[in-house]
Amino acid sequence: MLEHLAALQVVLPLVAAPLIVLVRSRPFAWLATTAVSYLCLLCSVALAWRVASAGPISYALGAWPPPWGIEYRVDALSAFVLVAVSLTASFVAPYAYRSIAAEVTRDRQYLVYAMYCLALAGLLGIAITGDAFNLFVFLEISSLASYVLVAVGPRRQALVAAYQYMLMGTVGATFYVIGVGLLYLMTGTLNLVDMAERLRAVEDVRPLLAALAFITVGIGLKLALFPLHQWLPNAYAYAPTMATAFLAATATKVSAYVLLRYYFTVFDPLPLFDRLPTRELFVALSMAAMVIGSLVAVFERDVKRLFAYSSVAQIGYITLGIGIDNQASLTGSIAHLLNHGVAKGAVFLLLGGVALRAGSAALTLEHLAGLGRRMPLTAFGLMLAGLSLIGVPGTAGFVTKWYLVVGALERGWWWVVAAIVASSFIAVGYVWRVVEAAYLRAPASPIRVEAPPAMMAAGASMAALCVYFGFDTAFNVGGAADAATLLLRGLR
Amino acid sequence: MTLGGAAATFLSILRFVEPVLAGERPRLVLGEMMPGLALVLELEPLGLLFALIAAGLWLVSGLYSIGYMRGNDEVHQTRFYVCFALAIASAIGVALAGNLLTLYLFYEALTLITWPLVTHHGDAEAQRGGRTYLGVLLASSLLFLLPAMAATWWLSGTLDFRPGGILAGHASGGAAAGLLALYAFGIGKAALMPIHRWLPAAMVAPTPVSALLHAVAVVKAGVFSIVKVVVYVFGFDFGAEAFTWLTWVAGFTIVAASIVALRSDNLKRRLAYSTVSQLSYVVLAAAVLTPLSLAGAVLHIAAHAFGKITLFFAAGAVYTAAHKTEVSQLDGVGRRMPWTFAAFGVGALSMIGLPPAAGFVSKWYIVSGALAAEHWLALALISASTLLNAGYFLPIVYRAFFKEGKDEDHGEAPWTMVAALVATAALTVAMFFWAELPLALARRVGA
Repeated sequence: MLEHLAALQVVLPLVAAPLIVLVRSRPFAWLATTAVSYLCLLCSVALAWRVASAGPISYALGAWPPPWGIEYRVDALSAFVLVAVSLTASFVAPYAYRSIAAEVTRDRQYLVYAMYCLALAGLLGIAITGDAFNLFVFLEISSLASYVLVAVGPRRQALVAAYQYMLMGTVGATFYVIGVGLLYLMTGTLNLVDMAERLRAVEDVRPLLAALAFITVGIGLKLALFPLHQWLPNAYAYAPTMATAFLAATATKVSAYVLLRYYFTVFDPLPLFDRLPTRELFVALSMAAMVIGSLVAVFERDVKRLFAYSSVAQIGYITLGIGIDNQASLTGSIAHLLNHGVAKGAVFLLLGGVALRAGSAALTLEHLAGLGRRMPLTAFGLMLAGLSLIGVPGTAGFVTKWYLVVGALERGWWWVVAAIVASSFIAVGYVWRVVEAAYLRAPASPIRVEAPPAMMAAGASMAALCVYFGFDTAFNVGGAADAATLLLRGLR
Repeated sequence: MTLGGAAATFLSILRFVEPVLAGERPRLVLGEMMPGLALVLELEPLGLLFALIAAGLWLVSGLYSIGYMRGNDEVHQTRFYVCFALAIASAIGVALAGNLLTLYLFYEALTLITWPLVTHHGDAEAQRGGRTYLGVLLASSLLFLLPAMAATWWLSGTLDFRPGGILAGHASGGAAAGLLALYAFGIGKAALMPIHRWLPAAMVAPTPVSALLHAVAVVKAGVFSIVKVVVYVFGFDFGAEAFTWLTWVAGFTIVAASIVALRSDNLKRRLAYSTVSQLSYVVLAAAVLTPLSLAGAVLHIAAHAFGKITLFFAAGAVYTAAHKTEVSQLDGVGRRMPWTFAAFGVGALSMIGLPPAAGFVSKWYIVSGALAAEHWLALALISASTLLNAGYFLPIVYRAFFKEGKDEDHGEAPWTMVAALVATAALTVAMFFWAELPLALARRVGA
């Protein structure tokens, strides 16, 4: 039984989705989703534990041995991503019931749960599969489900946002599959490990360069790598809250995982990076994302869009680590997959509660006025998550920043250090607009009412995690450091 | 609650005086934050002295703020006391930090937790002041202190405070000077110009906050951190050349801030700029880098704390009793509030550095240190600043006692406030006559 854990991780949500559609009952849909999310968390923690103690797990799907069959491969990096995704899912699922009830028309609610399960299956699948084409399939499953999740948002603009998202996402997926096609032509295999082996024997690097470029741009779109981020602010702003929280905390992070996987597992030993200035490109684009994304956030009126632009900036931290490319920076990068996921998840979950009580799907700073008095726990949680976005010591965000700064120093790149700290200072600007509105402006109505307990619990625990991961870094840094070691060593 | 907690804190720190004087360094590892980077508390003489000051004056100002907050019908009193206690806890955390990371953690916590205190009134002015306060402090620490710390870690592989420093042999010349600049300006709480704007901005806070936090806990956390960095990160053997420019900046701050203070009519603003100037005494003394001047720096942390808190207490008492905030309104107030202005006079003497006040002792050591090092610039600056200090403090005392004021009907502030300010004035005088304990601690710093 235990050896099937890897398959179970993906099969559970994949089976739950059609069941939910068949039964069509709201309570059942919610129960199934929550149960699946918790079970996925259990599976992923068990897998991570086994990987940590016994090394990478290889699981041959349908007992077809790799490289012919599809291989599910769990190593330190994928285990880390699996835990990050399913951890977020386990907070979002219990939250979803009240949130979806408030934001989505009754007849569509079961569909939202089904789509959420599909998205979860897709994201977990991406992280666990060792097969390039299977990865594409999961990428599409999760993306299609996400388009629907955005489209059912409570405002009419949600449709346009979903359309934009779909357009960009499809271009990204197409680019990715072209890249994989080229790689398949050159190697005759789709198994990533096998592909890495055979690529070394390939003499003509031109198609490989094309493949690298296609995959970088394709995944860059999914990742919302600046300047390919145009779809993100609208998608985050108009999707139902639980979808925003879930996607913000996981979808872009899993895309970052794909990038890491290709760069370090597949392409790394090749002399490609001298021919294409990918490292410099990543550093430049990431710095632009960090500074411009934060600046836009400072001037944004809509609170959800504000935090969406903050995501663009924070994704810059993740890709920056890839560009700096050493042990410390990769540790920071990978840890940030979780650190940022937790902070942004907390922000959107808490904002959902605010939107519910304000009775308005659009949140501007006026809606946050006096939040410190009306919803003290929510306001405090928002502040904690905001501090983590800034990177104040004692929060998860600080840990990331520390490793990135040390990584940049090791390369002697002072200007990168300057960009990192400048970006975190600009983050003070947008976070403090929220904090000032919450604590210094007079509330519109003095009634003190927090979000419903289930929503509050989810948001508050994620905010608490921001602080927890700032002090006890055994998992986020420990796991990330293992993964970084693995990547820099390659899979050999 | 506040009073009880303060007394307990003070006594528990006092317990450590004997062992630390005997050379022990109690150490408590709170846990490992990142591989190789632990959160550590360690008691050494400098930290102990700062912790004693913070906890002791918390006790006094607790008494004072009860009178102030009730006397002025302030709102959100519970939030006020909670943040106040947390701020002191952070300051003591800074004092006891055993490595740079721990110090940085508590340093940032102190910034954040004092923000609600600064913006206590919640109006537009408080919001503006709060923005400057937070903006300048966070900008300096994020932009300069964090990279400085990361660079130290990268260069030396440790962030522990060690006697003799950790950078010796790892950085030299330009790198060391650059690093020192990052530290000196990164520790914005030390209010070296041009990173001083947050301090006048913070004066929108209620006076007990200005008194304890912006005369004692926050600003002293700043200069304390600088002394700590100079002694335990750079170390005595580093060579005074790297520190030359720091003495210039500190010297400029001393004089420039004194001139601004001379020209300010608002009493709290004048006190704030006086603080900016006095803080740079500590930085200057540390940068002169002799054992005597270092002892002077450490003593001055204590002496200025006692003196300045007295002055702020007096300013708050005047506001509560007479609702006056400007220096030009103070004519004759001293006759109706003799205790308050007697205490104010003692505080002023201490700022100028005249006996029988604590400021004299610390200035004596700073001057001796500068003489020993033949640091003529420092000497000239100190004498100039002494004159300027006299120039902006003595007229206030003169006005209050000897000028004829309009007949107004008010007496002293509530008794808790008067008791508190008399107590701190007494401490200021006491430190002149009995300076053994702070001196003993000061002489052991860095050993």
